[in-house]
Amino acid sequence: MSETSVQDQTPLQGRPTSATAAPEWPLWEVFVRAKAGLDHKHCGSLHAADAPMAVQLAREVYTRRQEGTSVWVVRSSDITASDPGDKAMYFDPMEDKVYRHPTFYELPEAVNHM
Amino acid sequence: MYTQAMDTAPREERKAVRSVAEAQLEAAFEARIDEGGFIEAKDWMPEHYRKTLVRQISQHAHSEFVGMLPEGNWVTRAPTLKRKAILLAKIQDEAGHGLYLYAAAETLGVSRDQLLDALHSGKAKYSSIFNYPTLSWADIGVIGWLVDGAAIMNQVPLTRCSYAPYARAMVRICREESFHQRQGFDSLLVMMKDGSDDQRAMVQDAVNRWWWPSLMMFGPPDGESVHGAQSARWGIKRISNDDLRQKFIDATVEQAQVLGVSMPDPLLKFNDARGHCDFGPIDWDEFWRVVGGHGPCNQERLAARVKAWDDGAWVRDAAMAHAAKQARKQARQEQAA
Repeated sequence: MSETSVQDQTPLQGRPTSATAAPEWPLWEVFVRAKAGLDHKHCGSLHAADAPMAVQLAREVYTRRQEGTSVWVVRSSDITASDPGDKAMYFDPMEDKVYRHPTFYELPEAVNHM
Repeated sequence: MYTQAMDTAPREERKAVRSVAEAQLEAAFEARIDEGGFIEAKDWMPEHYRKTLVRQISQHAHSEFVGMLPEGNWVTRAPTLKRKAILLAKIQDEAGHGLYLYAAAETLGVSRDQLLDALHSGKAKYSSIFNYPTLSWADIGVIGWLVDGAAIMNQVPLTRCSYAPYARAMVRICREESFHQRQGFDSLLVMMKDGSDDQRAMVQDAVNRWWWPSLMMFGPPDGESVHGAQSARWGIKRISNDDLRQKFIDATVEQAQVLGVSMPDPLLKFNDARGHCDFGPIDWDEFWRVVGGHGPCNQERLAARVKAWDDGAWVRDAAMAHAAKQARKQARQEQAA
């Protein structure tokens, strides 16, 4: 059977696409601290109606197997990010500023472990 | 596989005329893929790459979601409290996997509602395997062993997918998926080792019914796969359908021996010259029938998803109303202070 004949078959009886649905829950970004002593790390996102619900759902979705001891959530729309188009300029390796690195300085052998 | 409908969607023509700037961006994009780099959500990407990924990731998400239904059928009838707890944990994982994947798809600029609408209206596909019924308790074990086993085969290469949010979701999913396969095998082993003759027959019957549909999960043969070449080029698909299928068969045949069941394929035999198992012809007519909406449970699965969504509408609305009320209350308090 070819792919065209599959398309010719009766479509599934789903329901028609509704345009009047209520707005979806806002999107939140989730940060999890794996254990005390480590940074919170971004681990994904989820939808929740408000902050307490976002924390609750983050626990259910992202820490079912001891992945974390602390959770942060923040509305995705509240995050300001750098523009990936500016990456070359923003994160220029600054090879002309080698003096920022410790290896730039040649010291006598006796103190070179400094 | 969970995204097998990718192979069945019509091929789309790409725009032939592009601006110089776009051609430069695309060259940089292709170069990054060639050197094994990742593409992040806000990076420039060709429209066709974005569309392919939305379709693939959402199909994958839909499969995880619909995949809860055949297993949910046995939650209230699990034979022991232990098995019920395991099954519930597994189903919760599937929901989680669906959520990771929907979130990854949303980074490409589609909304969750759009994605769910495509599923509910019957426009979007999910894996053909979930249109088969779970007739006995042994089916639950066989789904873990064969269906999740096949899923793992396919998903491990996806952890190196060029689209980073998808790859990261897959890393998380693969970490959890191993439990699914092992619990399935474990439950079958208990029935085969300690069970009655009837129970052993039940396991064999489940294997007979799920074996061929499991092999179909990998999608049509490479020659008939519509999007394979472009997806391979873009690092979305790393290993071909037929190669993955062969790998799965080779691994599973050995496991079946440990279990003491046979596969319903008289031609299944190790071929010394090839170093792989030979196997009989797959009924691709059945595959296309199920993908086309005419499997045993297509209507039932879709109806269950739509009902769950519609029945939950008041909960979603109430949560939003509560959140709005709390926000107003807090604003008043701040004003008063």
